[in-house]
Amino acid sequence: MSDSIDRKASPIIRFEQVNKSFGHLHVLRDLDLEVAPGEKVCLIGPSGSGKTTILRVLMTLEKPNSGVVWVDGETLWHKEVKGRLVHADEKHLRRMRNKIGMVFQQFNLFPHMKVLRNVTEAPIHVLGMDRAAAEERALQLLDMVGLSDKVDNYPAQLSGGQQQRVAIARALAMQPKVMLFDEITAALDPELVGEVLNVLRKLAHETDMTMLIVTHEMRFAREVADRVLFFEQGQIVEAATPDVLFTNPTNPRTRLFLRAVLPQDKSDG
Amino acid sequence: MTVDWKFAWSILPELLSGLLVTLKASLVGFAIAAVLGLVFALARRSRSKWVSAPVGGLVEFVRSTPLLVQLFFFFYVLPQYGLRFPAFLVGTFALGLHYSTYTSEVYRAGIDAIAKEQWEASTALNFSMTRTWVGVILPQAIPPMLPALGNYLIGMFKESAQLAAITVVELLQTGKIIGSHTFRYLEPITLVGILFFALSYLSALALRQLEVRIERQHR
Repeated sequence: MSDSIDRKASPIIRFEQVNKSFGHLHVLRDLDLEVAPGEKVCLIGPSGSGKTTILRVLMTLEKPNSGVVWVDGETLWHKEVKGRLVHADEKHLRRMRNKIGMVFQQFNLFPHMKVLRNVTEAPIHVLGMDRAAAEERALQLLDMVGLSDKVDNYPAQLSGGQQQRVAIARALAMQPKVMLFDEITAALDPELVGEVLNVLRKLAHETDMTMLIVTHEMRFAREVADRVLFFEQGQIVEAATPDVLFTNPTNPRTRLFLRAVLPQDKSDG
Repeated sequence: MTVDWKFAWSILPELLSGLLVTLKASLVGFAIAAVLGLVFALARRSRSKWVSAPVGGLVEFVRSTPLLVQLFFFFYVLPQYGLRFPAFLVGTFALGLHYSTYTSEVYRAGIDAIAKEQWEASTALNFSMTRTWVGVILPQAIPPMLPALGNYLIGMFKESAQLAAITVVELLQTGKIIGSHTFRYLEPITLVGILFFALSYLSALALRQLEVRIERQHR
């Protein structure tokens, strides 16, 4: 994991003094953040702390009020015209979106399409792949998430865990450089969480995709993350490797949060 | 006055050819209403006020004036400005335009019913706006709209009788012409009513079947 990350390389994601408010609610405050290519970053913190908003800004679902976001060496929400940054147009946003994929808490599959078409639709219509190639790749991905036997089902015929695995395959089919996972197990019944985390674990260990994972699964974060960010009130309170952050956090607010969410038995590794 | 069954039987073929005109007018009118209604609904959602506001105004205006007035306007007023079209064409277009203001509301409600997460998933997969509409939003929005659209089709079928007022020889006008030639109105006008009833009722039954099927699919 960690050894594959080249921290000297220019970051694939960079937030510079990014602010985002919803009405009076200031969800991102002067946020600075850098993520190295291939890095697996877990974002933890109380609900409403702005973790999800970071992902939504990256997916171009929320426009920041100020600041600059860089993805893969280019500004995401701006484009350069004669050396000055101006607001990006749809054309620029569409080009940038090809670098980024996202999996949502509520799966958001297309209910009127069978599983296979959910996965092939974007490669065919956005990347211009021919149907046979797109289907071949979709079948590989569905096999990887353990759903080869469900290709002809509609999403409504699947369990939540299966739907989420289809959603992961659907996002992977676009071959993004950066994948965003927004509390992808939070809407699942407890017994289905494991199958989704297993897929995520496999991705984290076997691919060099950059992954940003918002999660409440602390044990999972500890296991897969190169770096864990503790988020509170729109700011990064503490950023460290999982070993440091979970066993020896320096910030008292981190300690308070971890004490609330982790099992009391500290010896439990 | 008693019913002359033989007379009634003898005028039936003529009435049926009038019914054919009525059916043509309602079906072509409905096709116009279905397409134009969607165009209006999409235009009203436009981010540009220069598009959404005028279209919104037009829709409200057309919806709030009687169809008969619109028919007279297109048929009697426009020719004074050199715009002269056959009565059937004018009537069918006016009918379609009038009902497009209702169907546009059906589309609007149906489109609004699609969860915003479907739009977000489309953005995340980098679909173009067109692809999002054609591939994701409309295929989900339209099936639940079909019963409401079907009701408007039946409504248009009945309202198309107003085309008689601009000399379109549809079902009602046919009955009226027969009456004025034979001085018997009982049979032709009653038959006109029965034919309207029979088709409306059968369509309503078919529509209910469709509704049940759609409901079963969207359980």
